[in-house]
Amino acid sequence: MTMLRIFAAAAAAIAITGTALAADPARKPERHDWGFSGPFGMFDRAALQRGFQVYQEVCAACHGLRQLSFRHLGDDGGPFHDPAYPNPNDNPVVRYIAARYMIEDGPDDVGDMFEREGVPADRFPSPYPNDAAARASNGGALPPDLSVIVSARAGGADYIRSLLLGYDYDPPEGFSVEPPMRYNAYFPGERIMMANPLVEGMVTYADGTEASVEQMANDVTEFLAWASDPKLEQRRRIGGMTLIFLFVFAGLLWFSYKQVWRNVAH
Amino acid sequence: MSGPSTYEPKTPFTRWLDARLPIVRLGWDSFVDFPTPRNLNYWWTFGGILAVFLMIQIITGIVLAMHYVPHVDYAFDSVERIRRDVNYGWLIQAMHANGASFMFLAVYIHMFRGLYYGSYKQPRELLWILGVVIYILMMAAAFMGYVLPWGQMSYWGAMVITNLIGALPLVGDAIREWLWGGFSVGNATLNRFFSLHYLIPFVIAGVVILHIWALHVPGNGNPDGVEVKGKGDTLPFHPYYTVKDAFAIVVFLILFAGFVFFAPNVLGHADNFIEADPLITPAHIVPEWYLLPFYAILRAVPDKLGGVLLMFGAIGVLFVLPWLDTSKVRSMRYRPLARWFFVFFVIICLLLGWCGAENPDDLVFKLGYDAAGNETGFSFLWLARIGTAYYFAYFLIILPLLGFIEKPKERPASIEAAVLGDAAPKPAE
Repeated sequence: MTMLRIFAAAAAAIAITGTALAADPARKPERHDWGFSGPFGMFDRAALQRGFQVYQEVCAACHGLRQLSFRHLGDDGGPFHDPAYPNPNDNPVVRYIAARYMIEDGPDDVGDMFEREGVPADRFPSPYPNDAAARASNGGALPPDLSVIVSARAGGADYIRSLLLGYDYDPPEGFSVEPPMRYNAYFPGERIMMANPLVEGMVTYADGTEASVEQMANDVTEFLAWASDPKLEQRRRIGGMTLIFLFVFAGLLWFSYKQVWRNVAH
Repeated sequence: MSGPSTYEPKTPFTRWLDARLPIVRLGWDSFVDFPTPRNLNYWWTFGGILAVFLMIQIITGIVLAMHYVPHVDYAFDSVERIRRDVNYGWLIQAMHANGASFMFLAVYIHMFRGLYYGSYKQPRELLWILGVVIYILMMAAAFMGYVLPWGQMSYWGAMVITNLIGALPLVGDAIREWLWGGFSVGNATLNRFFSLHYLIPFVIAGVVILHIWALHVPGNGNPDGVEVKGKGDTLPFHPYYTVKDAFAIVVFLILFAGFVFFAPNVLGHADNFIEADPLITPAHIVPEWYLLPFYAILRAVPDKLGGVLLMFGAIGVLFVLPWLDTSKVRSMRYRPLARWFFVFFVIICLLLGWCGAENPDDLVFKLGYDAAGNETGFSFLWLARIGTAYYFAYFLIILPLLGFIEKPKERPASIEAAVLGDAAPKPAE
């Protein structure tokens, strides 16, 4: 019986999203030419740093990044990696970023919790103490954690970028969107609780790049793509070497095979 | 086929050992001097490939188990930690997750090879049946392994599959509760799945030993389907097939590395990067690709119990296949009718996989509109039904009948004759 209920729930879910999708041919995420797409693509370090700034100044108000520690920012392939500091805990930029956060620690000797400056080993603190508090502050919607958001959405980085830029469209005729919901052309169901997060010039980039909405969307998406897959660069480098090794090895084995079988009809 | 042992211990120590534990002799007779048909093609390399992948899965799995935490509150984060913080954890985790897919790819090729070349026929029935046992154990291991990361698909996949057991009359509910260790998929379920997921690969390894043992009594089949008759038909396993298998294994590893390093998540599902939530059902619950044909068969039947029985029947029928195929001819090279039914069978299996991935009510192609203006046409449900019908007809009707009505082509007198043609030495008699 439970199974029937589950199937019914699943069928209902399919039906609901199905009709939603049918009402709007939910726009397919717009393809964007990322530096990290393609088998040997790598992240753009400057874009990662700008994207981190957008995350920190805009997204972090509601969205956590709980799988990441500050030290990850200084890892090989990360936004603030510096070859001079192979141990990211020593990286002064990372230490500075961590120190600007206050982290709850404890209990101390008398059993009290206390706050202290963050260190690179600390995790990014969540903006809310728990999910209930997060929902209460956001009209019942839970802002998802962004640690693996690019992996966790079909469409990946293209979808996240499209979603951030998807507030400019008008809802189709007869499609009602009640406040506080907003219309977003790329969100499944097209009604989203998140307000349009990006406003032209809301971030002053340290490197002087002009903070257009699209620029910020590109940068923060690239940062989140890194956060979801921080080993991408290492993986591709090692993968390239592994493939070269395997091709050479296969070639040697092919000639060995030819040599061993040279006098044997088969 | 394995004749008298040709192993001769050369040193005092090996002579001493051979008189007490002839393990070197066993290895020599099984993997060095083992007489192997000279006409094996590359379809015969997948046994070796599977052995390599079983080892890859066990080794990477043991390392993952050192870092994984089987608890509903920590499982998802511990897998993320493996990807991010464990040294080369991203590599080990990707190898393990993709390794499962590649093992199934190899086992399907291995099984289709057996179907085409009649590898299940007398005297290799037990060899085939042991293979089916391994296949079932693989599915159990893969399913439980997929639950461990505790993402949305893990949780809801476990929910759907364990609920299938509940469809059994009388005992279904009791068995399901016993599997769950409670009244729902929960922490107890995750814990026992982890325990069993660790156990099953070693059971597989044990059955693999029986599988190889059962192989080494009658010896390998071969593409021509004629039994080995003399020395001219065979070659020693080493170096001829060690080098050929090694080449095939490395080529397969190239494909594997392509996925592990450049597309580690494409075979998975984006929803599994969302932590399991019992309150939110994903829009689309789909199993991993290698289980999709059976999922399609399950959903092809409007009745729950019927669907479950048909799905298990689809695997169960493989056990009796050696007695369903009435043809005396082993290889479909010499079966002009059967080979076309086989080709169609492979296509049907792929189509069933496609149906399993799609929503049954969606249309494969549209034919028009009904009175209400909705699109009508040929749905995936009906494609799955046709596929299911052919799947069972192939085993239960076509193969039994073909043995009586098919006129096989002339078969070569021996493997040597097949390979050398006119140049083969004439039989002595």
